[in-house]
Amino acid sequence: MGKTLAEKIIGEHVGREVVAGEIVVTPVDVCLVQDGTGPLAINQLRKINLEKAANPQQTVLFIDHASPSPRKELANDHIALRQFARKTDCYVSEVGDGVCHQVINEYYTRPGDIVIGADSHTCTSGALGALGTGMGSTDVAIGIALGKTWLRVPESYRFVVYGRFQPGVYAKDLILHIIGMLGADGATYKSMEFCGETIENMEMSERLTMSNMAVEAGAKCGIIFSDKKTRAYLIAHGRGKSYRELRADEDATYERTYEVNASKILPTISFPHTVDNTRNIEHKDCQDVKIDQVYIGTCTNGRLEDLRIAAQILKGKQRHPGTRLIVVPASRSVYQQALEEGTLAILNGAGASIQSPGCGPCVGIHQGVLGDGEACLSTQNRNFKGRMGNPNAFIYLASPATAAATALKGKIADPREVIG
Amino acid sequence: MTAMRGKAWKFGDSISTDHIAPGRLFHLRSNLPELAKHVLEDARPEFASSMAPGDFVVGGGNFGLGSSREHAPTIIKIAGVSAVLAKSFARIFFRNCINVGLPAIICDTDKIDEGDELEVDLSRGKVINRTKKIELSFPPLPPVMTKILQEGGLANYIHKHGDFRLK
Repeated sequence: MGKTLAEKIIGEHVGREVVAGEIVVTPVDVCLVQDGTGPLAINQLRKINLEKAANPQQTVLFIDHASPSPRKELANDHIALRQFARKTDCYVSEVGDGVCHQVINEYYTRPGDIVIGADSHTCTSGALGALGTGMGSTDVAIGIALGKTWLRVPESYRFVVYGRFQPGVYAKDLILHIIGMLGADGATYKSMEFCGETIENMEMSERLTMSNMAVEAGAKCGIIFSDKKTRAYLIAHGRGKSYRELRADEDATYERTYEVNASKILPTISFPHTVDNTRNIEHKDCQDVKIDQVYIGTCTNGRLEDLRIAAQILKGKQRHPGTRLIVVPASRSVYQQALEEGTLAILNGAGASIQSPGCGPCVGIHQGVLGDGEACLSTQNRNFKGRMGNPNAFIYLASPATAAATALKGKIADPREVIG
Repeated sequence: MTAMRGKAWKFGDSISTDHIAPGRLFHLRSNLPELAKHVLEDARPEFASSMAPGDFVVGGGNFGLGSSREHAPTIIKIAGVSAVLAKSFARIFFRNCINVGLPAIICDTDKIDEGDELEVDLSRGKVINRTKKIELSFPPLPPVMTKILQEGGLANYIHKHGDFRLK
């Protein structure tokens, strides 16, 4: 019987055929925690005297959420992570190295891997043909110590995307559109599998955006086949040998199949306070929405391609005087390239505040916490009440192009009107 | 496990982990008793200071959506809540509840109002609404999760068994 990508990947790991609905114990290839979830994971292992790592070379502790530390309590959490790494030979991704989901996919994830992470957006690894899924601290702690976890083999929803995007429309608009269509619990426990010509034509940067947001529909993972673009991405990061081609079988069983025409998608915005509260840019609600802060960055849209799109729109121009612009490259390597090619100079010249690679203001800790009644338009993946540190603020989600256009106009703006 | 009794505290649909354990309190994550004083603060600011140990959190659909932060169910438990009831749960939150030893119960919470006196019997899969004099049933957990919950969470389970035992 044909297998979905989730069934194929889990089956390879447990050494037999599996079907959706089964519960299995499976080895895991890559484990990650971050500074918000890692300290609890370490405490749990200490409590049961199991402070060890089964695969230390494939276990990464990220200092990205509160990085550099804005408070002594968080600096102490960072110390705990570094001490655990010394004790177990795990790797620490340090201040300035970048967001876990960017770095793990630049340097660790291979097609066919099972990646577990104590961060809900671990599903980002699906873009490389891996099964990445977010779990809590204790689940990942046990995964680190024993090198395995238990999983329910998920049913799969297939999204066949065809057609070309209009200029000014990107993968971010597509995934926001899909989440708006499904609802925030529309794919709970499921594996979302993205395929079709539009996905085939996407660069890795955009595929990462798609997989990143699968959890916003409640999904366990968001998997994309691997192909020559995956291979080129791995080669570009010095990991060409990790490549293998992986596709679902043509006769795989999907619980549902959705067909989406990409050419019909318009720039799409999630309104406060849920990701599925979407409108396209032509909707009347998008008129005259004043924005106090624009944030371009995060594991969803802080890659080099995203910064280039913003720079193309902002080149030689100035942000609106009433709108702050914050830019955070997703990783050190993104930062380095954007620096060398002049992209950051353009953004800085346009009035952006450029900050150290990491999660930035997305998690509400620092680097751009909103004031009472303020509105932010962000390229991040989540807009829950209080997400950016203030329950009395409002968060809109959009693509880097919409974000750059909005920074110019001071209110939600249509990127198609400013694209050169 | 004996039956749990307490009062219902109602919450709406889509209560996120940011409502339960907000990001602005990130620095309290290694001080869980302190963080627990703010539990569910952004949904109902009075909850933490007004609830009594043993009470129930009763949500609507997609309870616990968002982040993987295990601190969210952990502080609900530390606050003294006996169980969370909802029409549906987000995946990671549901798994985290069981992993920290907090029962997460899927039932028709429209039949429960604020302040109703509830009794929950995990072994029989029943919620008894003593105020309304009705009984609600809930589906059993998969066996692996039942075992983890019975041991008081995943850390205790692994400490005792040394490994996952599916059979």
